[in-house]
Amino acid sequence: MADHYDIAVVGAGPAGGNAALAAAQAGLRVALLDEQPTPGGQVWRDKSASILSAPVTPESRAGAALRKAIETSAVTPLSQIRVWDIRLRDDHWVLQAQRAATSQEITSKSLILATGAREYVQPFPGWTTPGVIGLAGATALFKQSLTLPGKRTVVSGTGPLVFYVASEIRRLGGEVAAVVTPNTRSQWARALPDMLGQPKLLARGALWVADLMLARVPILWGHAVAQVDGAEQVTALKVRNLRTGTDGPDIAADSLCIGHGLIPNIEAAQILGVAVRHDPSLGGWVPDAAPDGATAIKGLYLCGDGCGIRGATAAGLQGSLTGARAARDLGRDAPTSPLARWHKADRFGRAMTALSLPTPALEALTTRDTIICRCESLRCTDIIDEVATGAASTNAVKSGRRAGMGPCGGKYCQSAIATLIAAQTGKSLADVPPPTPRPPLRPVPLGQAAGAFEYDALPISKPAPL
Amino acid sequence: MIRLVPNQATQITRSEKVTFTFDGTPVTGHAGESLVAALMRAGYLALRNAPNDAAPRGAFCGMGLCQECTVMIDGQVVEACRTGITPGLTVERV
Repeated sequence: MADHYDIAVVGAGPAGGNAALAAAQAGLRVALLDEQPTPGGQVWRDKSASILSAPVTPESRAGAALRKAIETSAVTPLSQIRVWDIRLRDDHWVLQAQRAATSQEITSKSLILATGAREYVQPFPGWTTPGVIGLAGATALFKQSLTLPGKRTVVSGTGPLVFYVASEIRRLGGEVAAVVTPNTRSQWARALPDMLGQPKLLARGALWVADLMLARVPILWGHAVAQVDGAEQVTALKVRNLRTGTDGPDIAADSLCIGHGLIPNIEAAQILGVAVRHDPSLGGWVPDAAPDGATAIKGLYLCGDGCGIRGATAAGLQGSLTGARAARDLGRDAPTSPLARWHKADRFGRAMTALSLPTPALEALTTRDTIICRCESLRCTDIIDEVATGAASTNAVKSGRRAGMGPCGGKYCQSAIATLIAAQTGKSLADVPPPTPRPPLRPVPLGQAAGAFEYDALPISKPAPL
Repeated sequence: MIRLVPNQATQITRSEKVTFTFDGTPVTGHAGESLVAALMRAGYLALRNAPNDAAPRGAFCGMGLCQECTVMIDGQVVEACRTGITPGLTVERV
């Protein structure tokens, strides 16, 4: 049975949450869908029921405020629900979703996608070893479970997230063996002018670094983890100086948190026909959307990191703008806010995203034997061989080798594959778009996707014209 | 030593301990926490073997996307990072 709303919002992070609030304030019936048990998204992820009390952090405070605002609003939060397909049927959006063990159809007049981001990790030898987790994955562990990834952890990666994760490990009582970041101190110095507009965030980052230095945690600037050792789980890792190419001594550790920037989750927007363009300062391929979320498609809006990695502040502001815009387009009164604050947050976000991008020196850590596609255990040589046969697009490599057809749906291999294709063919990354996305947007058990049905009721399509 | 980031581990209170089984072995965790968190704390990092080369794999993305932490509960493949633990839960390897 279908539940009908004026607006369906997919994703309850800062962008989706604020979009839903703004639209509901204008008097619309709004459903807010999210995979998690409560709103907050990845950045403001809620604590699990196992945490009875814990010290407040800026993230937990912001998340609690959003959850309270949604609870006391007219928004209908639909939690622990997975949207796996979206179509336009006549003038309505139809969302297929899975909740607990049942299928659900939700329809709406307008649709706001706030699908957020996932993490990029540049493949390197040993990155599939248990004990290696993403930086973003580590933050999920901290926020939800207040649990450490191990007893002695190396934290590595680009951008500000590496320092946040190291700092959280220390706050939760763990040991940081080293911080290894491909960024150099001069890269950070050059980003400083763009960061001055967000002095609170800047001060917080400075405190993380100062604390690590006081605690004599080695911070290896301009370095990367080149290899992870351990058969069943992480036992040690090798660190490389990216400028000189020389390897340092092995570091003993039982865990590694690593990440190289975030990638917008654009698949739902792509399926619905929004054009995408390559913009490295926004995290790669991004769909075309205005600061108020409007797209070229009537009744479809995008906001937050899913249309470019700008961070939580920009996402929240864009969410409010988008909810109000969608409400106005449905004939309601909703305030038009000035864009100045969003532009300031956008500038900061882009600077952080630029710092997080993988560089050629980092890409060179992917050896010929490195696994690229985790689902299918395809190695770099498999991809290179396929490209050599003439597969010059991500679609061609996918059809040829199943790279992107496994359970993750290509979410953790396609950027690396595009980089390999670009390198082999001499194309620019902007000429190697991601493969054509297809439902399901999330893995869903086939029985549940089909739902209850009668064979006789199945529609039979007209035969294709000859 | 001066710490700018204080150690707050002792200020966290957790729910009661419950026991579930992983691959037949009893494991304890706090009621309601994610299966990945409980297994990680108990030292279980390798949760499954990759289908094509049998290499050990464990939790990676932490947000329900990568499918590396999948386990079997009640005959269904579920992501350990999106599953809460309850007393007596029977968790098998895929």
